[in-house]
Amino acid sequence: MEKFEKLKSTITPLNIENIDTDQIIPARFLKAVSRDGFGENLFRDWRYRSDGNLNNDFILNSNPKNSKILLAGRNFGCGSSREHAAWAIHDYGFRVVISSFFADIFKNNALNNGLLVFELDENLIQKIFKKISNESNIEFEIDLNEQKFYSLDGSIDEKFQINDYNKTCLLKGYDNVDYLLSIKEKILKFENETGR
Amino acid sequence: MGKTLFDKVWEEHVVDSIPNGPSILYIDKHLIHEVTSPQAFDGINSRKINVFRPDRTIATADHNVPTENQHLPIKEELSRKQVEKLTANCKEHNIKLYGLGHKYQGIVHVIGPELGLTQPGMTIVCGDSHTSTHGAFGSIAFGIGTSEVEMVLSTQCILQNKPKTMRIEINGELNSGVYSKDIILYIISKISASGGTGYFVEYAGSAIEKLSMESRMTICNMSIEMGARGGMIAPDEITYKYLKDKEFAPRGIELDKKIKYWNKLRSDADANYDKVLKFDAEDIQPMITYGTNPGMGIKIDEEIPSSAINSSKHSFEKSLRYMGINSGDKLKNKKIDYVFIGSCTNSRIEDLRTAADIIKGKTKSPHVNAWVIPGSKSVERAAINEGLDKVFVDAGFDFRQPGCSACLAMNEDKIPKGKYCLSTSNRNFEGRQGPGSRTFLASPATAALSAISGHVSDVRDYL
Ligand code: SF4
Repeated sequence: MEKFEKLKSTITPLNIENIDTDQIIPARFLKAVSRDGFGENLFRDWRYRSDGNLNNDFILNSNPKNSKILLAGRNFGCGSSREHAAWAIHDYGFRVVISSFFADIFKNNALNNGLLVFELDENLIQKIFKKISNESNIEFEIDLNEQKFYSLDGSIDEKFQINDYNKTCLLKGYDNVDYLLSIKEKILKFENETGR
Repeated sequence: MGKTLFDKVWEEHVVDSIPNGPSILYIDKHLIHEVTSPQAFDGINSRKINVFRPDRTIATADHNVPTENQHLPIKEELSRKQVEKLTANCKEHNIKLYGLGHKYQGIVHVIGPELGLTQPGMTIVCGDSHTSTHGAFGSIAFGIGTSEVEMVLSTQCILQNKPKTMRIEINGELNSGVYSKDIILYIISKISASGGTGYFVEYAGSAIEKLSMESRMTICNMSIEMGARGGMIAPDEITYKYLKDKEFAPRGIELDKKIKYWNKLRSDADANYDKVLKFDAEDIQPMITYGTNPGMGIKIDEEIPSSAINSSKHSFEKSLRYMGINSGDKLKNKKIDYVFIGSCTNSRIEDLRTAADIIKGKTKSPHVNAWVIPGSKSVERAAINEGLDKVFVDAGFDFRQPGCSACLAMNEDKIPKGKYCLSTSNRNFEGRQGPGSRTFLASPATAALSAISGHVSDVRDYL
């Protein structure tokens, strides 16, 4: 897994609640058998009109900056367990998603793919939406080690929460499967003791 | 202090815990399908390891398969490749596969229970969020992502943070015309599509205890639609009776021994939950969703509201615009174009019987396309044995072969843009049933009656 320490970027705002995994990546694009290329179809049905033309009003089209932070309304990633949603966001170029609230499976999937997700208070999130609607070029920095998120103009400076295990995995680029394989003896012992 | 059912099953499966981090949870049964497994197999293949416990892994092809002419090669190239990949992976790693043409093939959450693979007290995972269905047996069952599928394939374990627990009680007598689908749509409408996030739910109360296993599965199935990781119901005589004689369930003395253990899988009277909600069964009416998340539900004769909990004005209005409806309108009598009876929520034999009862001797409305997609080959066989297929076909319905079908519209079963589908599935998201499709979720009874009348209908007017 790719390491994550620090990142500086503008924000892509998506002020909609309950963005579900079918919006992030519609089911008809789940037929690939590898992990790559899903970014092309990220938010497919919002990015393209039904006649196949680009929807210039949608933020990814109207504001195509090299932003690495996606800021979304509450309950982001609800719906299916498809990890393709996390792959699509990462493949498109985002490295961080911020919301006031994430669906559980999406959160796990993101963290398992080096995509940092964390929650901030809804009021603060609305404040940031407002701020970037006035000045979309404002840059933000995320420091995972310090668990800090701040704007370079100094007006926003917050601490965010992440559990120690996930933090270490991201900082060092550790992989969960490697970890589980390293404790195989314990698993065998568990199977033995519980008669499995 | 006492323990909840969830705590009891969880604790029996914890191999180890990482301080300030997740637990390592042992998984008893791992169900896999073609869409979320190929990348996980690639992972273990590139690590040059084998599947750790192939005997605890069961595969089927369901999400992406056609529902007609299943004996022929799959026409669509990408779908065919995905299914072929699953077949090759299962072969290479000695995993039992109930693929197309196999007598046990079907939607993964339909076949687990009906084959007796799903049993009380187990931990069950699958790369599909509706794995929560299996919780109806008093097991901890939840959906996982592909990285987690890889963890389970390689070590039969998963890293998981322990969720909070919620108890939802439904007490009293259900009104006539109210089915388990209505119960769960009612609960979600009360607490919203995110009201259960972070929790594992236990459903209890006198109204739940009386439900059949298939009805319980419908409720646990949609736990994810309130954001909960899963839902469970304590096993009881109804559970044991259901499991008796199922292909892979224990039998004879073995079953008696198991039942002794399963009887302990109850929440203690003094168990502590993080949250408790109680509802009166009498308050539940036939339900229907009007919006683009399952929390946007109303009683079938109610007006469409002007707001919903946990939804901003902007998102709410966007949703109504997408659906082409207005606050203050009623859905009752609204013309529909499609009816879909299927999906892991409502494609079991009980659902088909309910629908057939209403349809028998009638004909569908000429402007409605009506599809019945049985959840599995076993359901299909049972329906044919009971003559239900004839009821459907005589009424002008399409009775097709098993698969997920229009629930997620990965195969060719898609609802066209702008069309209204009254669906027994579980998600009404934008485009879920095909780009631009509009979904109303309801019970199989409501779906069947509405297919006949051609518009959204209230089963109580029929009864
Ligand atoms: S029927 Fe629908 S919800 Fe159920 S497993 Fe298939 S796609 Fe998922």
